[in-house]
Amino acid sequence: MIPELGQLALALALCLALVQGTVPIVGAALGRADWMALARPAAAGQFVFVVLAFGTLVYAFLTDDFTVWFVAEHSNSALPVFYKATAAWGGHEGSMLLWITVLAVWTMAVAAGSRSQPQEFASRVLGVLGIVSAGVIAFAFFTSNPFIRLIPGPADGNDLNPLLQDPGMIIHPPTLYLGYVGMSVPFAFAVAALLTGRLDKDWARWTRPWTVVAWLFLTGGITLGSWWAYYELGWGGWWFWDPVENSSFMPWLMATALLHSLAVTERRGIFKSWTVLLAIAAFSLSLLGTFLTRAGVMISVHAFASDPTRGLFILGLLALFSGGSLLLYAVRARNLEAEGGFKPVSREAFLLANNVLLVVAAGVVLAGTLAPLVVEALGFGKISVGPPYFNIVFLVPALPLVALIGVGMHTGWRMMPTDALLRRLRLPAIAAVVVGIAAPFIFFDTASVLTILALSIALWVCASSLLDPVRRLVFRTGAPMTRGQVGMCLAHFGVGVFMLGATAASAYNLERDFAARPGDRIEAGGYELVFNGTRQVQGPNFVADEGEVELRRKGELVTVMRPQIRTYQVQRSAMTEAAIDANGIRDVFVALGEPLGDNAWSVRLRIKPLIGFLWLGSGLMALGGLVAITDRRYRLAARQTERAVAEPAAGAA
Amino acid sequence: MKILVLLWAVWLALAAGASAANAQEGFDDAIVDARYRALIREIRCPKCLNESIAESNAPVAADLRREVRRLIGEGASDDEIKTFLSERYGEFVLYKPRMTPTTFVVWAVPFLLLAVGGFVFWRTLAARGQQSLDEELPP
Amino acid sequence: MWRYVVPLAIFAAIAGLFYRGLFMNPNYVPSPLVGKPAPTFSLPSVTNPDELVSSASLAGRVSLVNVWGTWCVECRHEHGFLVELARAGMPIYGLNLRDDRAAAIDWLDKLGNPYVSSGFDPEGKAAIDWGVTGAPETFLIDSDGTILHKHISPLTARVWQDDFLPLLREHCSPADCPFLAAVGGR
Repeated sequence: MIPELGQLALALALCLALVQGTVPIVGAALGRADWMALARPAAAGQFVFVVLAFGTLVYAFLTDDFTVWFVAEHSNSALPVFYKATAAWGGHEGSMLLWITVLAVWTMAVAAGSRSQPQEFASRVLGVLGIVSAGVIAFAFFTSNPFIRLIPGPADGNDLNPLLQDPGMIIHPPTLYLGYVGMSVPFAFAVAALLTGRLDKDWARWTRPWTVVAWLFLTGGITLGSWWAYYELGWGGWWFWDPVENSSFMPWLMATALLHSLAVTERRGIFKSWTVLLAIAAFSLSLLGTFLTRAGVMISVHAFASDPTRGLFILGLLALFSGGSLLLYAVRARNLEAEGGFKPVSREAFLLANNVLLVVAAGVVLAGTLAPLVVEALGFGKISVGPPYFNIVFLVPALPLVALIGVGMHTGWRMMPTDALLRRLRLPAIAAVVVGIAAPFIFFDTASVLTILALSIALWVCASSLLDPVRRLVFRTGAPMTRGQVGMCLAHFGVGVFMLGATAASAYNLERDFAARPGDRIEAGGYELVFNGTRQVQGPNFVADEGEVELRRKGELVTVMRPQIRTYQVQRSAMTEAAIDANGIRDVFVALGEPLGDNAWSVRLRIKPLIGFLWLGSGLMALGGLVAITDRRYRLAARQTERAVAEPAAGAA
Repeated sequence: MKILVLLWAVWLALAAGASAANAQEGFDDAIVDARYRALIREIRCPKCLNESIAESNAPVAADLRREVRRLIGEGASDDEIKTFLSERYGEFVLYKPRMTPTTFVVWAVPFLLLAVGGFVFWRTLAARGQQSLDEELPP
Repeated sequence: MWRYVVPLAIFAAIAGLFYRGLFMNPNYVPSPLVGKPAPTFSLPSVTNPDELVSSASLAGRVSLVNVWGTWCVECRHEHGFLVELARAGMPIYGLNLRDDRAAAIDWLDKLGNPYVSSGFDPEGKAAIDWGVTGAPETFLIDSDGTILHKHISPLTARVWQDDFLPLLREHCSPADCPFLAAVGGR
């Protein structure tokens, strides 16, 4: 009964989304205020029904309703309650419902926040979001319905994929979706601007906070995925350039470019074409990610069960949204051209370089991801393009980009006197290079040219980002920093920290595999490990072999590490749970491999310097974004006060 | 700092030894071991969902790792090992595409994109440099 | 003016590629050994350790080489069909991969032995030379030792008809392959 209500709710949501997607847009074209006014109520109604539908699915999980096929596939009566609820997005159908729910949440937020915008524009924005909602709900309803019944239902379910029975893996999809799906908001703003035929500084000011919030969640989602892969998959890797990972990274690159391009449009009213295209690209790449994960076109451990019919449907949606918006761009782009000069050394020039390099970076990732497909489609056989390729080619745009961040931050608008710039930056640049060369030799004894280069650039960005905050806070000179500026420094500092972590963890990663019997002592990386054998432990729905490994340094016990190999009872799959000791400057990572007989086990040791900086850096980037959007100019109340103050003053003048 | 260097030296001293492939998946000689680990990261497990043989638990991955160790022990170069594997499993099994006329394009694309980007950048700078800097400042 | 159409054109190209990609099979990996001579090998037989199964055994007639193991669930699905083929006269050689000898002998006793003989490859060393990734896999070998075809996944009547028979008819006259009529060739 309840799941059927869910289906009904979904159908109603589809109807409302169709209304939301058509009537207000037509109304805006015809100038009919009553039609435009339908946008918000339609969005609200859609939201209610979508949340209801999602709620019924979660209810079905919580009540162990195995007559619902999706619940039987992804749950089990022995599954802990928390995972039962989150299993709702443990498979393709449910995760599409999550996609839809997140989109409805964003739509409501935009509807609520759009009151200060002209109705013609706001109704178009909500209209575009309505079209997107309608398309995705239709996809779920007709090809991927989570409410399908299985009669008679099985006695118990297939259990949730053990890989997903982990807190990190459970937060990762919703956070990622908030980011991914959130790119539909700047997309809607861009299309609305193209439809209206006008894109100005106000438009940029409205669009930017939405973009930053979506970008924030995307940063968080990708970081969570990477961190999860690190601690859960048992090999100590954190990024594999897998097609699905790339599909979340490309929108991130475009979104980063977008929020910087919006800065220029907001300030000077130029780069409108760039901004619109970036907004369309960011969302299109999000959809592309949805396509790659679900259409069965590429092999990936992330891929959901594939189906060409679903693939065709999503391709259709891509054609409608991306193709449609790019067609609209082709027709209307002429209106976006704007005058506004700047000199070669200026903030605009650096932000232009930023745009270009980020687009090149996204292009490089896209080309590498699609290359095997292209080569095969053209009949040249089957090749693979993996980490060894990406790790090299990605650096081509990335290293210059990060280096330029450190300079661009300190440039002024329109033109910047080069000598002033050089004078400011000389000291941190020299310091960065000196430390970049010295540190590897002090700590590690060897360094490649690339490592030194990467370390120097990372240190350079860190130092450059701290210049202004340090001047202000420590020396109390210079103008007070706005939150926007603080956010910028924080986020850029985060980029440097991230890069330090990535460089150190990749270049100085220590890996050893051992065959260990109980009592064996192993020495590696300045540590001593004592293997004390394994014992059996019981979990709620698994049995595990738990090893005990003492981590010692010069005889002193640092910690006892307990890696496990879990066997989940229902799916009978084995999962590695690595033991990690993180002390801020290095991670010691110990995982069990396989039993070698006679109580001996293969043990994997990884020592990863500075790997924590990866997560810290990403966190700082996200924090920087958060601080930036609390800047006065985005706060409604502040604006209203300004207006109230300005009016009498204008009247007096 | 000195302690770290000292410990690192001790570790290197312990690790330096004959290039014996031990039964447990690695080499005693640190340099050969590092080469082995880098190489197995570049070989794709032919039966897995996009994993290298370094990371896969599949039996065929373990077998291939063993072959790589054997070939290193016999003195084969990285290229010879990759050729050995691609003769049996196809180019598909190499994560770093080898340079052929087809894959040349794959490797050239990033540089081409950078060149196009550079071109767009210079053209835009030139155009904007000609335009007026004056414009009313935001309120 | 035309530059405004560039983004749309790029998108159209990518969409076209995806459309094409929907009809390709990402899991299909062609074998580089097709059209090349079968790798030389020499393995003890599963049933009799003193007997050898080698590339020499294959010479002179069209045959199948089938990779199998008792651990392989899918191998059971094709076993019945293999027994049928063998009964009709098709020479089939087995490559027993990563298996336990006793279990393998037991399996052949219980389920029937379609193989002229099976090579015992407990560590998969010979299998690597054949580019084998697991079981079941079946190779069609010409009388001169050239590999004509490789099939991954169970060998069913359908697969036999669609993929193997056309090649058999091409490379085999009724004189060379007396079993041709019996296994479905006309």
